[in-house]
Amino acid sequence: MKHVVTVNKANLKASAEKGGCGKCTSSCQSACKTSCTVANQKCESVK
Amino acid sequence: MVHKFKQLGYNIVLDSDSNGVHVLDDCAYDMLDLISAPMSEEMPLNLPAQLAKYSEDDVRGAYAELYTLYKEGSLFAEDDYKKYSDTMVKSPVKSMCLNVSHDCNLRCEYCFAQTGDFGGERCIMPPEIGRKAIDFLIERSANRENIELDFFGGEPLMAWDTVMETVKYARSIEKQHGKNFRFTITTNGVLLDDEKIEFINREMVNVVLSLDGRRETTDRIRKTLNGKSAYDVIVPKFQKLVKGRTTEGKTDYYVRATFTKYNLDFTEDVLHMRELGFEQLSAEPVVTDEKEPFAITGADLPRIYSEYDKLCEVMANRTKDRFNFFHFMVDLDQGPCAIKRLRGCGCGNDYVAVDPNGNIFPCHQFVGIDKWKMGNLNDGTFDDEIKSYFAKTHLYSKQGCADCWAKFYCSGGCNANSYIYEGDCRKPHKLSCELQRKRLECALALAVHKALADSK
Repeated sequence: MKHVVTVNKANLKASAEKGGCGKCTSSCQSACKTSCTVANQKCESVK
Repeated sequence: MVHKFKQLGYNIVLDSDSNGVHVLDDCAYDMLDLISAPMSEEMPLNLPAQLAKYSEDDVRGAYAELYTLYKEGSLFAEDDYKKYSDTMVKSPVKSMCLNVSHDCNLRCEYCFAQTGDFGGERCIMPPEIGRKAIDFLIERSANRENIELDFFGGEPLMAWDTVMETVKYARSIEKQHGKNFRFTITTNGVLLDDEKIEFINREMVNVVLSLDGRRETTDRIRKTLNGKSAYDVIVPKFQKLVKGRTTEGKTDYYVRATFTKYNLDFTEDVLHMRELGFEQLSAEPVVTDEKEPFAITGADLPRIYSEYDKLCEVMANRTKDRFNFFHFMVDLDQGPCAIKRLRGCGCGNDYVAVDPNGNIFPCHQFVGIDKWKMGNLNDGTFDDEIKSYFAKTHLYSKQGCADCWAKFYCSGGCNANSYIYEGDCRKPHKLSCELQRKRLECALALAVHKALADSK
């Protein structure tokens, strides 16, 4: 494409259909816990 | 929902509901203000006139490419996730914040735990409560294999015997129950010594090391009991811990700063921590009562935004001494599934906090608030109603989240902050939302920058 560069797979909808297995880390969005905000997490079902 | 913004010289478009991220040229970027779903294959006749500063060929070409994205489902995707939120139920408890110490050997002015005691008496958790916490997690985690436990406080190193006993007990029984305990610890570092460093680096999958950056920043607000410099005590110990850790191939740690109104130039603190040899860095805005002199308020936002811009530029342009900044990390392809993103705060549902007396609360920030006490490890009580409430606290039950472009990255924010500062777990803390959106723009821009560089 000349006008657009797509940088990822846009897979959120597909992830919903097979998601929710619960293997990934629990998340905490609190500022005092730099450990596990959602954006920092990975899916643990996809290796 | 489409969000477009400019950062690092790129015209970036995030299609929130598909997670599609695109970089557009000026013509396509301007066109996005003029079109919406449903798109037709035929270009609207008035577009060339509305975009007269571009050639008709460019307008036609840009429209055709945007239409391709639309048909592929990565532009103007619909938000059809509410159906999943309607079915969300209580989860097994698989994560715990263990407040092994309600005491601290620092007196940081911004401490949400009232310098360690959480508004109660100063005390240390006995080892038997730690063992009961492990039993509770094994019993309550159903078929979840990976169990997380964070040693927290106050200062957890003040309860070192309890930390060691709890880990030892978990390791002795985890296999027979089919569990894998992942321990983490959040420490101010004052009591670190060789024995503790060796134990932490062996047993903890992640370590959060509290330091506020430059000496003057740290010592201004992280006060020792004897008036000496906290920075001077802590930094060599953190350097030793991180060196030992990385030598063993473990890269998971964060040197974590809190920034306040006193250091809105926090990029300098981040860079200072990098100069000290640390690569995994974090600087988080203080969340506190606006009346505090160090509080960040809405009036500080423009200054903070420009500081995030500066940090983003620094990271994009670095060719050596690179580092990770926690709030700018985002994985565009392998991130959590949409179901996970509906409920970003696990508190009170799959995550709980336990105080030194065995009282159970939804998370560390609720500790000491009687209204939110969920039970106690000693008498086996556990309030299912509070759990149900948090299970149903998600993007589509929180005020305003469904209409926010950042919803699938922030996932509704911190329930405790919402409760403490807005009076309702389902009413997001506005200042945190503003900061989250800005950080996400920087994170996406850095991801775009890296992706384009890698593709060359």
